[in-house]
Parts: sequence; structure tokens; C-alpha cells
Amino acid sequence: MDPVLSIKDLRVSFRTPAGTVQAVRGVSLDVQPGELVGIVGESGSGKSVSFLSIMGLLPDTATVTGSAVVAGTEMIGVRADQVRSQRGKKIAMIFQDPLSALNPVHRIGAQIVEMIQAHQDVSREAAHSRAVELLDLVGLPQPDVRAKQYPHEFSGGMRQRVMIAMAIANDPDVLIADEPTTALDVTVQAQILEVIENVRQQLRTAVVFITHDLGVVARIADRVEVMYAGNTAERGLVNDIFAAPNHPYTRGLLSSLPSANRERLKPIIGAPPNMISPPSGCAFRARCEHATDACASAGTALVRVGATETSCIRASELQGSRQ
Amino acid sequence: MSADQLLQVSSLVKEFKVKTVTGIRSVDQTVHAVSGVSFGVGSGETLGLVGESGSGKSTIGRCVLRLIEPTSGTVRFRGRDLVGMRKEELRALRREMQIVFQDPYASLDPRLTVGSAISEPLDIHRTPGDHGAKVAELLELVGLSPDHASRFPHEFSGGQRQRIGIARALALRPKFLVLDEPVSALDVSIQAGVINLLQDLQNEMGLSYLFIAHDLSVVRHISDRIAVMYLGKIVEVAPSEELHAVPAHPYTEALLSAVPEPDPVVERQRHRMILTGDVPSPINPPSGCRFRTRCPKAAEICAAEEPVLTTISEGHEVACHFPDSTPVSLRGTRS
Repeated sequence: MDPVLSIKDLRVSFRTPAGTVQAVRGVSLDVQPGELVGIVGESGSGKSVSFLSIMGLLPDTATVTGSAVVAGTEMIGVRADQVRSQRGKKIAMIFQDPLSALNPVHRIGAQIVEMIQAHQDVSREAAHSRAVELLDLVGLPQPDVRAKQYPHEFSGGMRQRVMIAMAIANDPDVLIADEPTTALDVTVQAQILEVIENVRQQLRTAVVFITHDLGVVARIADRVEVMYAGNTAERGLVNDIFAAPNHPYTRGLLSSLPSANRERLKPIIGAPPNMISPPSGCAFRARCEHATDACASAGTALVRVGATETSCIRASELQGSRQ
Repeated sequence: MSADQLLQVSSLVKEFKVKTVTGIRSVDQTVHAVSGVSFGVGSGETLGLVGESGSGKSTIGRCVLRLIEPTSGTVRFRGRDLVGMRKEELRALRREMQIVFQDPYASLDPRLTVGSAISEPLDIHRTPGDHGAKVAELLELVGLSPDHASRFPHEFSGGQRQRIGIARALALRPKFLVLDEPVSALDVSIQAGVINLLQDLQNEMGLSYLFIAHDLSVVRHISDRIAVMYLGKIVEVAPSEELHAVPAHPYTEALLSAVPEPDPVVERQRHRMILTGDVPSPINPPSGCRFRTRCPKAAEICAAEEPVLTTISEGHEVACHFPDSTPVSLRGTRS
């Protein structure tokens, strides 16, 4: 099957007064139709910026190179109006804070109608009944009444449902979800994860789910990409990433999590590198207990070790010593 | 509850007056943030206080230190009631009670060096001795270097700043700390180090913690006992493991089952109880049991009569008309 989203050597840098920040440093990734890929990483790992660049939503201070093809259309290095014509149609995005993404002075229904009419040649009435259908699909009670209300009349969880309805209004091939449940309480998060799962099953939309929460990824992802300092550190099927991780960073992340047995936690020492002058070779080596001199000149290519693919050059050797 | 509790909170109520504007009229209303909450924290103990936004958990943390004035109720520390206490007396008592806030970026003055920030409580309380030496000692205690004293907050990462906040809270050698979401703003790899630090400090200094958080996995890891809050009330209190094994209140069960576990195999087999709807407004809380509007077990009695916290087993109290005493592992799939 052809991937519905194909990213090749994506690089993003920002000009700042302090210097050029290299936020994304050569990410490549294929997403298949209907697949749910979890992108995990900590603050500053480049996980959000990668996908904002594909959506053409970065400020002018950003320089983006590489390629990202969505259902046959290139999104990088093309004219702004070309990106705009695809955005919302082939690829849509939802964000952490739905309130800032909704227009406070327009009714919810009208905002979804606008979204539909931007890409489809349909009457206002048809678009409105489609909007009500979409609100129903995302589990909003009394969708016909709710469509006439304003964003401030909705709770956080309900607003996120509205955002999802808007994002899927034109049946996109890819839905980018950027920390969509981070601002929500856990019981509401559970509801929204169900909505996203339903949307994926009913519409066969591929979902890229960006999060820092490994529990959320374990719950919903088919595949996982672990990002560190602007690169993919490790990728694999969700079960393999959690059961048999090969990159010391992935292993470190998992052992930092509190578990039921209340054992003492094992934090990762140090802090992520400064991306204005990232270290040579493996970006994780300063925090890695297995780092050797060779790591200073390691590349970022992913190599298959066991069940996962990792950029760690010592991964197969370390895997051997664990067994 | 025993008399030897270090902190004993009884019937604590906090209401906030707010003006809400509907059209052109402004109406005075009352937010019932905390509605009659009682709990104790023993010496050397960690009590976890969990609940979702608006449950009143942070308000309790602030009332306990009288950073805000409780509307009614008592807060006894070593048997002395803080509510209504004179300022001088309160100030003396506050040496023993300190707080660490969530946001290590907002809680440090950007123009004060780390050394001055940490020695400020020592200066305010006119503690005798060499403050510089004490600052150096505190920095080492929290895993930083004594030379960091001359630097400014912006030169530190989030995890380091939280360590500075902890050092400052410990400057007066308190016995009791309110930890209000102390690791929520930190990335997991950094969070683990701060949690370890808090546990080490507790063991070394015999500290008691009131640990307020919305992240149940962190609370479970650090707490001896956990109190679950919903809309201004404690609905269940139990030893940490007991609460996870036998959540008797339907809200506790829903909350625990909503927390995603970082294990895909477990996640895909789990029985999950997903609540419908949202938390009602604390301006007009439901009559009777406040959880009844979202509760799968709700019956007529739940609207008519408010359930009170009742002991169901040693140290395990629940406020529900239909508590469940079956271990969660034996409960069937319900929705």
C-alpha cells in the first residue's frame, strides 16, 4: 500500500537573536492509510514543529527543507496558496487548546459550514446538515441545538470534540493531533481518545498523534516514533517499543515512569541539548550511560535491531549484553 | 482519626463570591470550592490529594497554610488551630509549614539570585547563623552545586528550578510541606529525579507531605494514603494500594480506569469505565451526592440524601450509597 503521508529528510530551523535553532534535523516517516502513529518526545524534541511545518503553519523565521507528500501532493517548498488548498482537505490538525483555535464570535455550526464550503461546492443548507451530522459523530449530545451555540458555551472536552468535527469535515486522509488531550482531565481524556478511535475506524483516517504521555500512546497507537533533539531515536510497533526498546533514551523514558510496584524511579541524568549548537554525533550521548567515543561521530540513520529500528549505534551490542 | 496527627483539618469550607454577567445584568453568586472536608496527615506521612480541575484540591492546600482564609472549619497543626490565629503567631508557625508550587518559572523572582531566593525565608525569620553557609548546604541537599547560589533563575532548567523551589521551602527546616503539583510541569525523565529527591528528603528529615496532583500514577508512587476529591468533597480515602485494588466509590473507579498505563498489552485488555458528561459547575452543585449526575449507579436516594464518609475497612472511608467492595480485578466489564 502507498503511504498516505510520506516525509523525507525534513529539516526545520528558526532564526532567533541568539542564533539558529535546529529544531528538526532530518526526519523521515511514512504513514499508511488508517494507521495511528504515536509521536513521543519531551519538550523541544521537534515533534510538534515537524507537523506544523507540513501544515504550513510556522512563522516567517522558520526555514523548512525536505519533502512531505500528502496523498500525492507535496507540502514543502511549494506556494502558500497550494498548501492552503490542501490544508483541511487532505490533511487537518487539532491542537492542545481548542478555545484558541475557535472563533469566539461565530456559532459552532457556522464555523464548520465555513470549513466545508472552503473545500466543497455545496449549498449552505447541505453544509449545515453535514455539520450537524459531524457533531453527532463526535458524540456531542443534541447536535442540532449545539450547532447554534458559541464556543464559550462548551466545556473543554466538548470544544475538543468540535475541533475534531471541524478537522474531519472534509474527510481528510491524515489527521494530525497535537497533544489534543493534554489540557483535559483524565476522565475527559478517555472520552476524547474514544472519539479519535471511532473517527479512525469509521472514516479510515490516518492519525498522527503527538504526545508526551507514554500511557496515551500505549492505549491508542499502532506504531510509535520516539523523537529526541530533532531526530527519530527509535521506531517500532507499539508492543515492541514498550516491551523491547533498543535505544537507551527510550529505555530511560520508560524507566523514569512511576509504576505500580513503587520501586525507586530511574531518571535520565542531565538535560536535553541546546539546539542552537547541538552536539556532534548522537544527541543523547551526554546523558547516556552507554556512550563511547564512537557515539560522537554516530549518524542518525535508523538500523533494525531486534523488533525495532533505532539510531543507537551500540543497540545490537547492548541488546546482546542484556540477554 | 487519631489525636497524634501532625495536621488535622476538620469541616473545612471555602466559598468564593463571584459576579457573573448574563446579558447586561450582573449577578452575585457563590462558588462552593471546598464544602466540608476533613482529613489528617500523620508525622512522616504522605497524603495524596487527587481530583480533576475544579475539585478544590489546590484551594485546600492554600487554606491549610492560610494563604487564603477558609470560610469556616478548623486547621489544626500540632493541635493548634490556624484559623483565626493572630498574625505573629501564624508567622511563627509557618516556619514549620511550607509550600512548593507547580510552576518553577513563576514562583522564583527573576531578579533575585538563587542564593538570595533561598536565604529570603532565613532573613524574614531572622534565623541566627551564617546564611551563606546554610544556602550552600541546602543547594547540596537538593542536588545542586553551592556555586549555583550566585546565578539567576533563567540560567536553570525546569527540573533545576523546581529543586531551587524545594531548597527554599526547606530553608527553615519545616516539618510539613504542601506540594501543589510539584512535578506536573516537568518532562518525565526530569520528573523522576524530583520525585526521588522528595522521597529522600522525607526519609532524612522526617517530613510530612500533602501531595496535591492530578497525575494518579505519580500520586500512587509517592503517597501512603490517597484522598479522592470530586467537586469540593472528599469521596474516598484509603491507603494507596487499597484504593487501587478496591476502589469503592464509582468516581474513584472511573478515575483510575481513565488513567492510561504505559503498557500496550495491559491497555488493550483493560476493563474501562468511561464517564459521560462533564463536571457540574461548583456554583450550583447537584443536591445529595455531587457525583450522581455522571454516576452509572445513581438512584433516587442519591439526589435526596448526601452520602457521608463511612469506614468500610481499616483506614478505608467512602462517601457513597452503593459502595463496591469487590476487588477491581474481579469486576466485570461495565460501561
